[in-house]
Amino acid sequence: MDAIILQVLNGLDKGSAYALIALGLTLIFGTLGVVNFAHGALFMIGAFCAVTLSRILTLSHTVIDETRKDFLGNPLKVDVPYVHDLFGVETGDAIIDWAVPLSLLFAIPIMIAVGVIMERGLIKHFYKRPHADQILVTFGLAIVLQEVIKYFYGANPIPTPAPAAFKGSFDFGAAIGFDPNVIIYPYWRIIYFGFAAVIIGGVFSFLQFTTFGMVVRAGMADRETVGLLGINIDRRFTIMFGVAAAVAGLAGVMYTPINSPNYHMGMDFLVLSFVVVVVGGMGSLPGAVLAGFLLGILESFASMREVIAIIPGINQVIIYLIAIIILLTRPRGLMGRKGVMED
Amino acid sequence: MFKLEKSDLSLLIIVAVLTLFAPFILNPFPADSAMSQFNAGYPDLMQRFVIFGIFAVGFNILFGLTGYLSFGHAAFLGVGSYAAIWMMKLLTMNVIPAIVASVVVAGLISFLVGWISLRRSGIYFSILTLAFAMMMYQLAYSDLFGQLFGGILTGGETGLQPKVADPRILDAPLDPGANPKAHLFGLEMGSSFKLDIAGWQFTFNAGYYIAAFAMLCAFYLSIRIFRSPFGMMLRAVKSNQQRMNYTGLNSKPYTLAAFVISGMYAGLAGGLLVAMDTQVGAERMFWTASGEVVIMTILGGVGSLIGPVLGAGVLKYMENILSKINKGVLETWFSFMPDGMSDFFIAITNLFVGKQWHITTGVIFMLVVIYLPGGLVEGGRRLGNRFQRSGKERQNHTKPAE
Repeated sequence: MDAIILQVLNGLDKGSAYALIALGLTLIFGTLGVVNFAHGALFMIGAFCAVTLSRILTLSHTVIDETRKDFLGNPLKVDVPYVHDLFGVETGDAIIDWAVPLSLLFAIPIMIAVGVIMERGLIKHFYKRPHADQILVTFGLAIVLQEVIKYFYGANPIPTPAPAAFKGSFDFGAAIGFDPNVIIYPYWRIIYFGFAAVIIGGVFSFLQFTTFGMVVRAGMADRETVGLLGINIDRRFTIMFGVAAAVAGLAGVMYTPINSPNYHMGMDFLVLSFVVVVVGGMGSLPGAVLAGFLLGILESFASMREVIAIIPGINQVIIYLIAIIILLTRPRGLMGRKGVMED
Repeated sequence: MFKLEKSDLSLLIIVAVLTLFAPFILNPFPADSAMSQFNAGYPDLMQRFVIFGIFAVGFNILFGLTGYLSFGHAAFLGVGSYAAIWMMKLLTMNVIPAIVASVVVAGLISFLVGWISLRRSGIYFSILTLAFAMMMYQLAYSDLFGQLFGGILTGGETGLQPKVADPRILDAPLDPGANPKAHLFGLEMGSSFKLDIAGWQFTFNAGYYIAAFAMLCAFYLSIRIFRSPFGMMLRAVKSNQQRMNYTGLNSKPYTLAAFVISGMYAGLAGGLLVAMDTQVGAERMFWTASGEVVIMTILGGVGSLIGPVLGAGVLKYMENILSKINKGVLETWFSFMPDGMSDFFIAITNLFVGKQWHITTGVIFMLVVIYLPGGLVEGGRRLGNRFQRSGKERQNHTKPAE
């Protein structure tokens, strides 16, 4: 029992990342009808927003500290971050420590801008082209973005720690009545899951309960009619692209303490998130979220020692196997609608 | 001749002549001149040109004719490579059984994958092939089948190489210190003949010519497929599959045949890669490697005969030549400019060369997809048309003046 709970928990954080990326992908499918292979790159750009902000915050200048001496007896040179000058030492340290959560604020405008520029500058011209062309051009864009990031940040993973308050683990087992030290779960993963839940809830209620969201949903159902009613649906879809980019970017920001960001993390996640979208049913937002968590949890179950002992290596192929089986038995995915992307 | 139309025959002859004289054509600069780094006439790169040419020609039979965009063809190339290396480990270092095995095994695997994937079309097909390819990559990378049966199948991360101790049942045993080398009835793949003419150095490599011969055969076969009723049927699938189905025609056998043929081409390319360089690792099966063949085909011109070969050549040339240009080379290029200006230009160009050559290919690929969906072939045709038309217009202008 405790092992099962542990695997479910382990699956949740990866599932959260899948669900968030797949949610953004589906938003773009559903609204603009575009297959966006550059979505993984947006996830990566989000992660590098966190890296950038923590670098900006730790920008420092050198001061000579007369009170301390180095080993040669000269006055010691100390690097003082600019935030110390601005906010004082304690607040400054706290700001540096909280760089990753602060990056959320930093990343939102950047990601929306990136998304809107991408849509207006490139994807707009591909609405009427075949899906194959959309895949190709966004694949090219993904390569370019990834290599530009590699050029500026290097090829090695860049560790970006979570705030000190969230380091360490939470003894989940003890809290719900199992033996202590059986189910241990890092705090940051709990936060990641909570964050994903908030974002997913936010996107759904935005679509469900606001007038803007209602118009967008109407446009997803029948774009032409909404346009004929005198509503500028293109502008709203552009904004939705920005929102989808922001969702992917924020997922990337919060993922940095779990896995140090490197330039190819986008490509690594892209295939999986496409699989998630297809399993969930193309164009279905609840399907994307459901499939994201489902596949994340299945993956962590498949990597249990007992399972691997029976079928070695199943953890590495389970997602693809499930996807192939689902695509063949339920062609529209778990919750797919009729007539989406079927031509 | 060869049952080809006149224009196709001349195309085939042009390609044959170009590949035959490639060591000359690709070596336009003397060996010790500053421009010699743009020479592409060395065996390793020329072999890559023709091998990836085969890969792209095969991919074009699927994508160019039927419009089914597969994102998993690198897996078949990898499977072919593994089959070839096992032939070399078990049977003989002669390349013929290795290449035959690579084609056959890749054909079988692609039949299986195609049979399942082709039940869906469009984006679903792309993602199914992607999923299959990633699955095969993971299986190869962690050598699962090997683990399962307590042996080695793919060698996992280290990959496979022929070793001296391997039981090559057809070959005489090698000396303990010897290095097993791939050969064709005694002619070693690595052996080459060097020709020095007044500063130029031309290398004629046995492996290159064998690969080039395979490429010409593959190219000839693709011309025949393009012109056959079967090719016509595949084009019909691309233009309107639904209508074809309504006329009572089952298109599945045709698309499956195209899929298997292109998988066998990929296997042939994989087998040749092993024949030229006797080692194989799982990384050549990763999905971005499949993306590379897509880029080649689109870049050259999808659906055209010569396009994929052209695209493969351009991409491999950029990969090898652009990545060699480093900051030092750029400094000598821009040294004629004033300091600030040259720094600026170096910084800009440096973004596109050296290790960042992927940016250049990505940008060019995007530009081609956006503005030239027919690739370089269409670009050439448009240029030709423009010259012809402007010539005609000039004639028209002169007429009223009479």
